[in-house]
Amino acid sequence: MIKYIARRILLIVPVMLGVSVIVFGIMHLTPGDPAILMLGEAAPEAELAALRTRLGLDEPAYVQYGLWLGRMLQLDFGRSIRSNRPVTAEISQRIGPTVELALLATLLAVVIGVPLGVISANRPNTAIDHGATVLAFGGLAMPVFWQGLMMILVFSLWLGWLPSSGRHGGWVYYVLPTVTLGTSAIAAITRMTRSTMLETLSQDFIRTARSKGVFDRSIIYRHALSNAMIPVVTVIGLQFGGLLSGAVITETIFSWPGIGRLAVDAIRAKDFPVVQAVVMVFAIMYAVVNLFVDVLYAFLDPRLRTRYS
Amino acid sequence: MGVDAARGADGNGGTLDSVAPRKGLVRRLGASPRTTIGAVALIVIILAAIFADQISPYPPNQQFLRNRLQPPSVENWLGTDHFGRDVMSRIIHGGRVSLQVGFISVAIALAIGGLMGLIGGFYGGRLDSVFSAIVDVLLALPAFLLALAIVAALGPSLLNVMIAVGVANIPQFARIARSAVLTVREMDYVTAAEAVGSRDFRIMFKHVVPNSLGPVIVQVTLSLAGAILAAAGLSFLGLGAQPPTAEWGSMLNSARPFIRDAHWAVTFPGLAIMVTVLALNMVGDGLRDALDPRRRD
Repeated sequence: MIKYIARRILLIVPVMLGVSVIVFGIMHLTPGDPAILMLGEAAPEAELAALRTRLGLDEPAYVQYGLWLGRMLQLDFGRSIRSNRPVTAEISQRIGPTVELALLATLLAVVIGVPLGVISANRPNTAIDHGATVLAFGGLAMPVFWQGLMMILVFSLWLGWLPSSGRHGGWVYYVLPTVTLGTSAIAAITRMTRSTMLETLSQDFIRTARSKGVFDRSIIYRHALSNAMIPVVTVIGLQFGGLLSGAVITETIFSWPGIGRLAVDAIRAKDFPVVQAVVMVFAIMYAVVNLFVDVLYAFLDPRLRTRYS
Repeated sequence: MGVDAARGADGNGGTLDSVAPRKGLVRRLGASPRTTIGAVALIVIILAAIFADQISPYPPNQQFLRNRLQPPSVENWLGTDHFGRDVMSRIIHGGRVSLQVGFISVAIALAIGGLMGLIGGFYGGRLDSVFSAIVDVLLALPAFLLALAIVAALGPSLLNVMIAVGVANIPQFARIARSAVLTVREMDYVTAAEAVGSRDFRIMFKHVVPNSLGPVIVQVTLSLAGAILAAAGLSFLGLGAQPPTAEWGSMLNSARPFIRDAHWAVTFPGLAIMVTVLALNMVGDGLRDALDPRRRD
């Protein structure tokens, strides 16, 4: 097991290096001189030249990349063009709310999606099953920004039950952003649970359990669900990518003070050090969650466990 | 008439073999009500986009300032926005933009990703390892975030959104095309073509590509849905289509401050996105089920 985890962690390193090349490369596509962006058009040439030298902007691209990577490894992402504060400080201040929102949305998706998928698979072609399918299709097709606005319209403006923005002031502030962000994950998890449960329920070991007279409930929860959970766990990991993307939009709609909103504000202000850093942080979060999912996967699947033991 | 009957009439399975499965495919697609509903909805949306100028009650950008934020009525079926523009006319024209963005970005992804998968899967070796490494790195970034980063660098515009969403979709196509090519590569007819000395280019485009198309077509349909959602999302953030272009995401963004007084200007463009994405997903799922032998029954 430790061998497996170590192998997975080692695999992340080259991929993250590749991501850093892409992020660095993308930001280099940006037209314009970063020194002018930072100091403004009116800055004297001497100051611009000094900044270029300090940031290594007059070096060849690969040297600049090396310098940037070196600083990043020491958690130095430079300074924000907009606020002139260290980017690390900006991110560490805002990463908490994003993680909080992403975890809550994942939890909501699992708590609703898994039971709904199980019920739906256990009663195929009934009203519950059809209802769950419609919900799943709708949830996957609904744009997160539109859903957020509709929730604000109904629950904040029309009914006045829930606040439409902000984070401080209790659990009520968490409801709309969490539901908005979690909906597509609920849909994906419901669909995956349903289809894997249907497949598992038709397998021989379930038939054997049934013929031995094992209780239905025990078959579903002890035998079938534990087998069906493996692909479901994978989907949860994959959904986390969608969740991070959704966080950018959800945080913008609900004025949630996370790094998604920080990214959008930074893009609008052409604050590239912040954009670069946020994209890197998102990639690392995605990699860590998928590492965790793979470990959980190995834990759930005895075949994988024995292969690496 | 079933496949067997068709074979019987020919007396030789060889000639009709390529036609019969396709007939079966259409039959299987038609047998699923969900796929049929999706396909009909999609055809209506595409026709509306093509004939937008003819069927829109008003020009999409024509302002009637005295008629601002009016609720749905006989004159304006879906109401008017904050400039007094007809929401329905803008949605119909917006469909044209959204479908265009979807098709072009998927075409970019298909051309680059498909070629990477084809060449990597066909030749294997070092080239395949390089392509696979690129795909792994691109997949390490969630597609929407990658698109967001690219648009951030290139600047906000519809063209840049198409490029960004296209590039962000490359890895999915590369992966699916590669695995389809790897399967076809092992088939006897490919070995036979190699044995008679056919050139690689001919083998690839005459034998491998046509037989690897199934999963790629499914991916095109599902990616179209994703691309339309992503492009609308970027426009909603103000990074895509710019005013006054009638595009669903940017319509939502510009009508957002008036949601309390005129929710229809937000509600209907969002519904248009949802119905289009739903239709594409239904057709994509139906195609996948129909093409997957394990799901056929």
